[in-house]
Amino acid sequence: MDTQTTYRIGTGAGFSSDRLEPALDLLRHGRLDAIVFECVGERTLAFGHRDRRANPEMGYNPLLERRMRAVLPLARAAGTRIVTNMGVANPRAAARRTVEIAAELGLNGLKVAAVTGDEVSHLIGPGTHLLEPDCPLSETGREMLAANAYLGIDAILPAIEAGADVIITGRVADPSLFLAPLAHHFSWDLDDWSILGAGTAVGHLMECGAQITGGYFADPGHKEVPNLAYVGFPLAEVGADGSAVITKLESSGGLVSQRTVKEQLLYEVHDPGAYLTPDVTADFSRVGLADDGQDRVRVGHADGAVRPDQLKVTIAFDGGLLAEAEVSYAGPGAAERARVAGDIVAERMNNLHQSNGPVRIDLIGVNALHSSAVDYPAMAQDVRLRCAMRASSQTEAETLLWEVEALLCCGPAAGGGYRGHVTPSVMTYSALVDRADVRPELEIFTA
Amino acid sequence: MSQRVPLRQIAHARSGDKGNRSNLAIFAYEPEHYEILRQQITAERLKDTFGGVLRGPVKRYELPSLHGLNFVMDQALEGGVNESLNLDGHGKSWSAMVLALEVDLNFSE
Repeated sequence: MDTQTTYRIGTGAGFSSDRLEPALDLLRHGRLDAIVFECVGERTLAFGHRDRRANPEMGYNPLLERRMRAVLPLARAAGTRIVTNMGVANPRAAARRTVEIAAELGLNGLKVAAVTGDEVSHLIGPGTHLLEPDCPLSETGREMLAANAYLGIDAILPAIEAGADVIITGRVADPSLFLAPLAHHFSWDLDDWSILGAGTAVGHLMECGAQITGGYFADPGHKEVPNLAYVGFPLAEVGADGSAVITKLESSGGLVSQRTVKEQLLYEVHDPGAYLTPDVTADFSRVGLADDGQDRVRVGHADGAVRPDQLKVTIAFDGGLLAEAEVSYAGPGAAERARVAGDIVAERMNNLHQSNGPVRIDLIGVNALHSSAVDYPAMAQDVRLRCAMRASSQTEAETLLWEVEALLCCGPAAGGGYRGHVTPSVMTYSALVDRADVRPELEIFTA
Repeated sequence: MSQRVPLRQIAHARSGDKGNRSNLAIFAYEPEHYEILRQQITAERLKDTFGGVLRGPVKRYELPSLHGLNFVMDQALEGGVNESLNLDGHGKSWSAMVLALEVDLNFSE
């Protein structure tokens, strides 16, 4: 691959709580043109809105401060552009904080862009049709907190053209964070669906960080991963035709193989021939992979068709309080005692305390993760009872915790190790809005 | 003569989520085992095995060039990550659970 025409782009985070050290290694040794920190999911966007409700200056990624302090000096030294959705529910506040940090670090003149316009609650009303659960919004009976459209590269490109060193967005389609700098560098036409499909495949492969370099992959005895403790983050060497080599730093742990690439290619994909983003309808169905040396896999033949006319919107609702409490049982009959204890909690909540919400009972160590999917024989002798419910008041939530703790004296024999907590919860549903109604905005802050 | 083995012996898998929909991709380690996956790991079989939690339709996409199958399972996550009371609201553990299914290495239609 011709290094003059190769764009080197790395992943600095593949989810909101991702590790930091592999990102710093990439910045030090990867000779990167750009690094992307992808930190928003359906779950973390909901948390962002919850945080912003509590404090209007918050709602961005909780690790932004620590990440920026470590990353900004290295990125400036290497001449690497940073693209991130760490703005989550409040990109402007995130950009302001980043500029303050840059100023404290003496990085004068650093340009930080806030990309907004994804917040579209003004386009959503009681009659808005929800894709899941397939009903008008009014039928949920819940209070809407926020609605975020998935923006695409057309929202990010103006920030690159304005020369921003750091670009902070809210809800943007994950692959678009990678596609934008690629499209800018190679001057790809925004209606060349084939090349945008190829670039989207690269972005999709890279967006979950270590999930393509050996993370979320190891299965001892079947899928071995060397030095997983020091797993590296991925680096893509992208060509002008949108094909790429996925690799990692030689000094890092983990591996890049056709198997890790295949698993990630279909991760969170439905129809592989029609992966919808705001930029393109990408086609991964004929992607070809080839080995290109140690920890190097060449990816080609992704394609694309015209982009969708509508944008997906994630709508957040007040989900009440999530109450969870646990207690453990051991020895012979542990599962039976845990089951009796769970039944007692449900009985007391529903009949004594007139609680409306169903109490979910899980036996951790028996069949907790998918209890309704499979019914394993209860042979375990180390079982943790978990009771969970969505409560409508703090009192109701605390009553669940109280009843689980009370099992210690008023439940079956030999229960111990109680823990309980109450967490504010936000629920999300999806809808579609017309692209023409969504207007991305850009604001630049300078340190 | 049949030779039954856990799917885990010939295939690897990864699952992901979007809302209340789960996807599960299964890949044969060796190209010659792709046909076994295709014949024996059907959408109907997943629905029959895990029907208690797969509350909607299951659709299967075939990817012969990657020796893999992609299953899309509607209403499979008890509401999805922000609604489900399941500890694994993402359905991350699906990919490991499905590898316990048995396949017959000598079976062919």
